[in-house]
Amino acid sequence: MSFRGLAAGVAATFVLCTTTSAFAVTQISWWHAMTGANAEVVDKIAKDFNASQKDYELVPVFKGTYPEALNAGIAAFRAKQAPDILQVFDVGTGVMMAAEGAVKPVADVLTESGAQFDKGQYLPGIVAYYSKPDGTMLSFPYNSSSPILYYNKDIFQKAGLDVNTPPKTWNEVWEAAKKIKSSGAAACGYTSTWLTWIHTENFAAWNNVSWATQQNGLGGGDVELKINAPLYVNHFQALADLAKDGTFKYGGRTSEAKQLFLAGECGILTESSGGLGDIVKSGMNYGIGQLPYDSDAPGAPQNTTPGGASLWVFGGKSEEQYKGVAAFFSYLSKTEVQEYLHQKSGYLPVTLAAYEATKKSGFYEKNPGRETPILQMMGKAPTDNSKGVRLPNLPQVRDIQNEEYEKMLAGQQTAQQALDNAVSRGNAAIKEALGN
Amino acid sequence: MTPRVVFPNKLLPYLLVAPQLAITLVFFYWPAAQALYQSMLKEDPFGLKSKFVWFDNFKKVLADPNYLHSIKVTVVFSVATAAVAMIVALLLAVMAEKVVRSKGFYRTLLIWPYAVAPAIAGMLFLFLFNPSIGSLAILLRKMGIAWDPVLNGTDAMVLLVAAAAWKQISYNFLFFVAGLQAIPKTLIEAAAIDGAREAKRFWTIVFPLLAPTTFFLLVINTTYAFFDTFGIVHAVTGGGPGKATETLVYKVYNDGFVNLILGSSAAQSVILMIIVIALTAIQFRYVERKVHYG
Repeated sequence: MSFRGLAAGVAATFVLCTTTSAFAVTQISWWHAMTGANAEVVDKIAKDFNASQKDYELVPVFKGTYPEALNAGIAAFRAKQAPDILQVFDVGTGVMMAAEGAVKPVADVLTESGAQFDKGQYLPGIVAYYSKPDGTMLSFPYNSSSPILYYNKDIFQKAGLDVNTPPKTWNEVWEAAKKIKSSGAAACGYTSTWLTWIHTENFAAWNNVSWATQQNGLGGGDVELKINAPLYVNHFQALADLAKDGTFKYGGRTSEAKQLFLAGECGILTESSGGLGDIVKSGMNYGIGQLPYDSDAPGAPQNTTPGGASLWVFGGKSEEQYKGVAAFFSYLSKTEVQEYLHQKSGYLPVTLAAYEATKKSGFYEKNPGRETPILQMMGKAPTDNSKGVRLPNLPQVRDIQNEEYEKMLAGQQTAQQALDNAVSRGNAAIKEALGN
Repeated sequence: MTPRVVFPNKLLPYLLVAPQLAITLVFFYWPAAQALYQSMLKEDPFGLKSKFVWFDNFKKVLADPNYLHSIKVTVVFSVATAAVAMIVALLLAVMAEKVVRSKGFYRTLLIWPYAVAPAIAGMLFLFLFNPSIGSLAILLRKMGIAWDPVLNGTDAMVLLVAAAAWKQISYNFLFFVAGLQAIPKTLIEAAAIDGAREAKRFWTIVFPLLAPTTFFLLVINTTYAFFDTFGIVHAVTGGGPGKATETLVYKVYNDGFVNLILGSSAAQSVILMIIVIALTAIQFRYVERKVHYG
């Protein structure tokens, strides 16, 4: 029995070897960091792409969380074993951009392989973020999200607030939060995930104020943070004041605050549009609004900037492999693939055609709020303040900001002190990173 | 005099040690040498540009107020963890000694937590003490204690120490039980006949005779708190709030793998390596000889 099993195994291996060599399929490796429903989307897309043609085989490999995947890619590159495609989160964009020579711009991959490449078909707000200052698209936007406002309609009702009008400005949010707290409708009025991404980087873009010099770092060179301008100080002081009696409750540095909202402890939440899945699953009676803006900012609201991740192509691969990558990116840009990605995962579609098709299908009428993040990002042409932020060491600078915000919320310093410290410590770290 | 074993073949002993040597070379000396080399480089994450800077990274690390702060955090954390873990374990061991029936059952239960992985211990405590959903946190709040490890550095540290000590108590318990059993019953009985009460017997006979075990555990616990608690810190606080719980080991990880400052991270791990070597040397020199394993 065991001998026969062994023989069958050998035979099967032999057959497998001969069949693969007979077709000479080029394998394209794709390292990603998607879990749960989003990982299923990755596998489905890879399977469909492989079935759609015979020359290339796309092999998706899960590499852990976003930072873990980035580290795995970097380590593999140093060991000369880099994958063809690596998914890198928004914060790692600066790291990848600084690695000229290690990566190959997506625009080059597409044009060199003879594939049709029209930058105009992609959403401008997203493409601008993943491009060089001269407009060359560097990476392929795979999953993009944008921060929006969620509110608990039951809590709004109890507090005597209008359940159909979510607060539009930050002042309205503070007022609503106070009312929720004082009426006893919930233990806390307002909470937020990602103070760095939502209240600093997107706050800058949405209110059209500078986050840092050099177009928020997109222009490269010596960058200095500008986040201690009066608009930021007032905003954070308001947060700090509300934190004193628990009207605003801090959850943590990343998406921990979503738990506070899901548990019904807080009535209002600002979170990534990618977080919608969990809120839908909880069965809560929720509503969605645009990200609030500052009523003191002239020209607000401007546009929000994308979070999420993009696909980078490593340099030094064979021409055949680049052709395979280009074929995959062309496939990924197809309207029906983007539609599937957008509707299934909750991330934004990256092409205008996919957005139009989704709109036509009546998806947004059935799923109110799903269009909000797209409208926020597309509303106006991005300015120098609203194309996103980029630093070679953004993770470190965000860490510094988080540390200062936490000290401020714990009542150890004022908003002015926190932001001044964040700027001076952040600038020193940027200088150090650029000194490489 | 123990008889010396002599191999007739000159080559055989070397061959027999070779596998162990090979493992040590590949898994210790090689990476250690790499770390040493990396600690003197200034390099971008991808290794495209690198510059040999001698001891610049060390100078910078040692002058960095954040690093000095991290040393302080580590010392506070280690001392607190070792103290809590040992005092509770000693108390439990002395009590378990007194149990007449199903002694083995109690002991087994007390040893169990040692089998739990640090990260899982961290998650357990994280859930129990989570300010919004943790059952123990709700209890604390009902008692009027403003419990908020997310923003309050002291609360976060207390939480970490509790999680780290809880896991280590079992290990200490095991050694204290063994140590207690090694104490001759006759001594205690003699003291009892002389009229010494329970507390007196403990402090004058049991505790001094346990000293070698205690000293041994002190070194082991300090090393544990220093180097084996990364998983707990990572799962519970991530070094926050502010930098209130950023231990040296966590800082190495954060600077190297999150912030991608490889040179500084390597320099920090070399410093840690020196500390480990020093601690091990102390242990071998002073402790190992005096401990009786019962």
